[in-house]
Amino acid sequence: MSLFAALNSPVGRKALTGVTGIGLVLFVIAHMAGNLSYLFGSDAYNLYAHKLMSLGALFYGIEVLLAICFLLHAYLGIVITIRNRRARPQGYKKYRSAGRPSRLTASSRTMIMTGVIILIFLVLHLKSFKFGTYYTVEINGVEMRDLYRLMEEKFQDPLYAFGYPMVMILLGLHLRHGVWSAFQSLTLTSRKLSAALYPLGLILGIGVAIGFIVVPLYIYF
Amino acid sequence: MTIHLRVWRQSGPDSPGFLEDHTVTEANEHMSFLELLDVLNEQLIRDGREPVEFDSDCREGICGSCGLMVAGIAHGPQKRTAVCQLHMRSFNSGDTITVEPFRARAFPIVRDLVVDRSAFDRIIAAGGFVSVTTGGAPDANAVLISKADADRAMDYAACIGCGACVAACPNGSASLFTAAKIAHLDFLPQGQVESAHRALAMVDRMTDEGFGNCSNHAECEAVCPKGISIAGIARMRRLYLMGPLTAKAQ
Ligand code: FES
Repeated sequence: MSLFAALNSPVGRKALTGVTGIGLVLFVIAHMAGNLSYLFGSDAYNLYAHKLMSLGALFYGIEVLLAICFLLHAYLGIVITIRNRRARPQGYKKYRSAGRPSRLTASSRTMIMTGVIILIFLVLHLKSFKFGTYYTVEINGVEMRDLYRLMEEKFQDPLYAFGYPMVMILLGLHLRHGVWSAFQSLTLTSRKLSAALYPLGLILGIGVAIGFIVVPLYIYF
Repeated sequence: MTIHLRVWRQSGPDSPGFLEDHTVTEANEHMSFLELLDVLNEQLIRDGREPVEFDSDCREGICGSCGLMVAGIAHGPQKRTAVCQLHMRSFNSGDTITVEPFRARAFPIVRDLVVDRSAFDRIIAAGGFVSVTTGGAPDANAVLISKADADRAMDYAACIGCGACVAACPNGSASLFTAAKIAHLDFLPQGQVESAHRALAMVDRMTDEGFGNCSNHAECEAVCPKGISIAGIARMRRLYLMGPLTAKAQ
């Protein structure tokens, strides 16, 4: 069997979902940290964004890598879910979790829903910000994009100010199962490590959701 | 005690099924759940009606023949027990209990609560064995195995192949079963010879049989009458993914 066939199998697809997922989690954490620099004023925020964009080839390389991660992660999630639904054509009249050590949670059961919502959100989000109005500002004699102004403007709109946090809560929910699940898919055989890593999803989920929600609410109120 | 049952009835593989209500008044807490169904069936036979079909054999939790969704949980609410070892003391008089067959595309319903689990046999046939040369019995201590490895192999060998993992999995995945059958051989030197091939063949067979993919819900471990750990699934995945590399080396 070829490596491609192994990666395209159900086991391989889950492993790829895990790898891309971990990549995306790292991105999300970095993005959240970047957003929080908003709280240090317009110069801090714009300078941070400017520095990122002036990384040149490295910046574009990371963007391409992220795009691949996003698309692959979403594609795999959808394909896996379709196959899984087919595996039980007739559902139970009555079904409930047996409880511990089960990891069946509202989070684990809604991965596809939260995932698809985040995907749709991502398109709108890129349109509003990355490809949004290009304001410029001069800081220390350098002309750069004024993202601070764009953000301030967008989050005046209640749709943005409240819609965005809602999606971030769903992102937190996605991470609650996703983070631990990624390690499990990447063949985490140690039971002790597995038990220790499980709460990480919850901590990251809550942390990321709060980190992303702070700024829009700060602007709105 | 009095128990109200809502039992799945289905006359054949292709006929539509439905939940049928029955009440058993002669239940007592010492009965196993299957004995309760026996009492129900005697009642039905007395009334000239078709008894409810269900599978069982040993009735002591070791053969894996029995398997029902009881009150929404594979093998019922009591942990680490097959449904034949689930006693009525786990319930209260007056309870209404829903009883359904294990459901999965790969486990077609034969009749009522009986499902065809031969997909499991085909997964085993794909690689769940060790090839040995026949002849005189080898010296029992010729191959040394550490206690730790023997114990781990035994933990996975405890799998009775009942199919509760498939039934409980929201995806109808047979990953826990397949992982257990791979691991119990793979921890032993006799099993390691065919290790890479085995994982590839059994996992591919599982996929072809129409079982779903593991989403790490770990519900299987919670319902497994033998408490087999999902760590085995991680192990199976590793063997599978390393397969293309190690299979060549062998
Ligand atoms: S009848 Fe043998 S395990 Fe239940």
